[in-house]
Amino acid sequence: MTAIVENKPAYDGKELDLSGKSGARAFKNVLATVLIVAAFVIALIPLIWILWTVVSKGYHLLLSADWWSQSQRGVTVRREGGGAYHAIMGTLIMALITAVIAVPIAVLGAVYLVEYGKGTKAARAVSFMVDILTGVPSIVAALFIYAVWITIFGFNRVGFAVSLALVLLMLPVVLRSTEEMLKLVPDELREASYALGVPKWKTILKVVVPTAFGGIVTGVMLGLARVMGETAPLLILVGYSKNINLNPFDGFMGALPTMINQDRTELALQPAADRVWSAALTLILLVLALNLLARLVARFSTIKSK
Amino acid sequence: MSSPDGTEPPDRPAEPAASGGEPRIEDVVDTTGPAAVHFETLTDENDDGRPAAPEPEESKKKLDLGPVGHLGDRLFSGLAHGSGGLVVVIVAFVGIFLLALAIPSLADNNTSFLFSRVWEPGGSDPKFGIAALFYTTIISSIIAMLIAVPIAIGVALFVTYYAPRRIATPVAHAVDLLAAVPSIVYGLWGLLFFAPILLPVINGLSAALGWIPLFEKPIGDNVGVIFTISVVLAIMILPVVTAISREIFAQTPIAHREGALALGSTKWEMIRMAVLPYGRSGVTSAAMLGLGRALGETVAVMIILTVPNGNDPWNSSIFAGGETFASKIANNAAEFDTPEKTGAFIAAGLVLFVVTFLVNSAARLIVARSAPGAKRPRRNRRATEGASV
Repeated sequence: MTAIVENKPAYDGKELDLSGKSGARAFKNVLATVLIVAAFVIALIPLIWILWTVVSKGYHLLLSADWWSQSQRGVTVRREGGGAYHAIMGTLIMALITAVIAVPIAVLGAVYLVEYGKGTKAARAVSFMVDILTGVPSIVAALFIYAVWITIFGFNRVGFAVSLALVLLMLPVVLRSTEEMLKLVPDELREASYALGVPKWKTILKVVVPTAFGGIVTGVMLGLARVMGETAPLLILVGYSKNINLNPFDGFMGALPTMINQDRTELALQPAADRVWSAALTLILLVLALNLLARLVARFSTIKSK
Repeated sequence: MSSPDGTEPPDRPAEPAASGGEPRIEDVVDTTGPAAVHFETLTDENDDGRPAAPEPEESKKKLDLGPVGHLGDRLFSGLAHGSGGLVVVIVAFVGIFLLALAIPSLADNNTSFLFSRVWEPGGSDPKFGIAALFYTTIISSIIAMLIAVPIAIGVALFVTYYAPRRIATPVAHAVDLLAAVPSIVYGLWGLLFFAPILLPVINGLSAALGWIPLFEKPIGDNVGVIFTISVVLAIMILPVVTAISREIFAQTPIAHREGALALGSTKWEMIRMAVLPYGRSGVTSAAMLGLGRALGETVAVMIILTVPNGNDPWNSSIFAGGETFASKIANNAAEFDTPEKTGAFIAAGLVLFVVTFLVNSAARLIVARSAPGAKRPRRNRRATEGASV
């Protein structure tokens, strides 16, 4: 109030400038803009740097047909040659088994949360546990499977054990994304189905899930992308094999992360270094392909929010 | 008495079919509809203090048991409930099994598990404690969070409010790409390419702040230190924190933002007064989730962090090497030969599980209390919408 009174005499003399801001405010605004843009640039540096490192050091082995069709059998760190077929197949097989186990449980769990348990205490408990599972570190999941599979049951270290550990990591990702998608399915569709006398389970299977299908597939892809790059369960639950082993229930199995881990101590030797970066690039490409596929599916998915 | 029966004609026509080959007098009476009076008299005749109500309830049950899709419903509902329950069982089992295998080793432990820094499990005189592991894990993750969160907020603000829409989407995808890089690649890149350029930073920090034990640099130019993994972990958790912050910031009610601008705020003032307060709890929980990720990260830490020599005195500086829970377990995976030894590592894993459990639960609690998705802001939005109409 006093300010206005004091200003009055000055008002007659000078023209009041209403267009600009005070210097300090304008400066703060510019400073914030600079900092925010700087944060963005800082975030991009490691991304570009990592991708550049891996691509420039790893691309040339990927161009040869051997890389995609040969194993490392009999190849030592000092020798060139061989490929990553054994590791690629190992990674894919373990990921596939993981998906086969995790996806049905995840989708049904999401169906429970959205269609059956909505609002109940039990559903809230399940939802909380899913959150906890999301936060379980991969090494803890691996230790748990180690405790059950090897210490208690006395089985060997095999690819299937890795898949079991990866199930714990993939389950919450797929469950959450499926849940989000099922929530987006409009209630009108369910009600229309019930009104036609369709029982609940058929409504879910024939109406709700197909409507959300695109989103569910996206979740599965993202879940797969997450588990394929995991190294810790591989280190603990299966040994690395340079030979082609397509049987997840018997013997050691190659995988891309352990292939990288195998040769990383010998990076001074050119052939080993080449293989490490090429395996890294292959792994990134696999994960990236799944991510892009997930985005595409999401874009063409059927649900449109009201 | 009879009026409830009279008002439920739709149940009736199906009833004879459901009850099969036992035509009863009640059915006949009831399907005739208007003869409610007869019905009442009939039940009155049979009445032993039992009203007519139980009878229609029984027939209703029979209707529900009707043939259409019942078995499928039961099965499917069972499967769905079972899957929900399975999730709870899995988490419970993780805790129970780890505990069951850790207890025997903990019982044989000849030193304080929580406060000792020695790690010599197995043998005739097993001694292992997690103090050093706990310290390294927590300090590296907290520094990672302190580095990552401001940058993540900056990137999220850039994507939501500063970048033109045409750039914003690719930028968002690019940052998400960081999440697609496997952690072992971070480890290799961090050790071979990134750590060397951190050396001047380490030297500078220790020169300026070296009088604090936390920043005291040990002799030698080792770059495989806690500080380095903190920075690499910060890069690794950046996509998670950014993605969540981005979503929260984008949800700021447009009325809040326009209100701020209409009052003459600069863009930054609008962000500070409308966007940031609105997103505070969301960003906090994102930071906690990022912290949870950093705590459990294994391979990158294992590759970068130098394991101190057994004879060296313990060093609390962030410019020294060390081991986290996860890297300790992964480094020694080959040593799981006896149950006693394995039990010691499983005990360490259990502590890690409990710590991440607590951190993630805290994140959830923060979200549940005051997330933008929760009650308060939604009410605000509705109120402002109402006002604008």
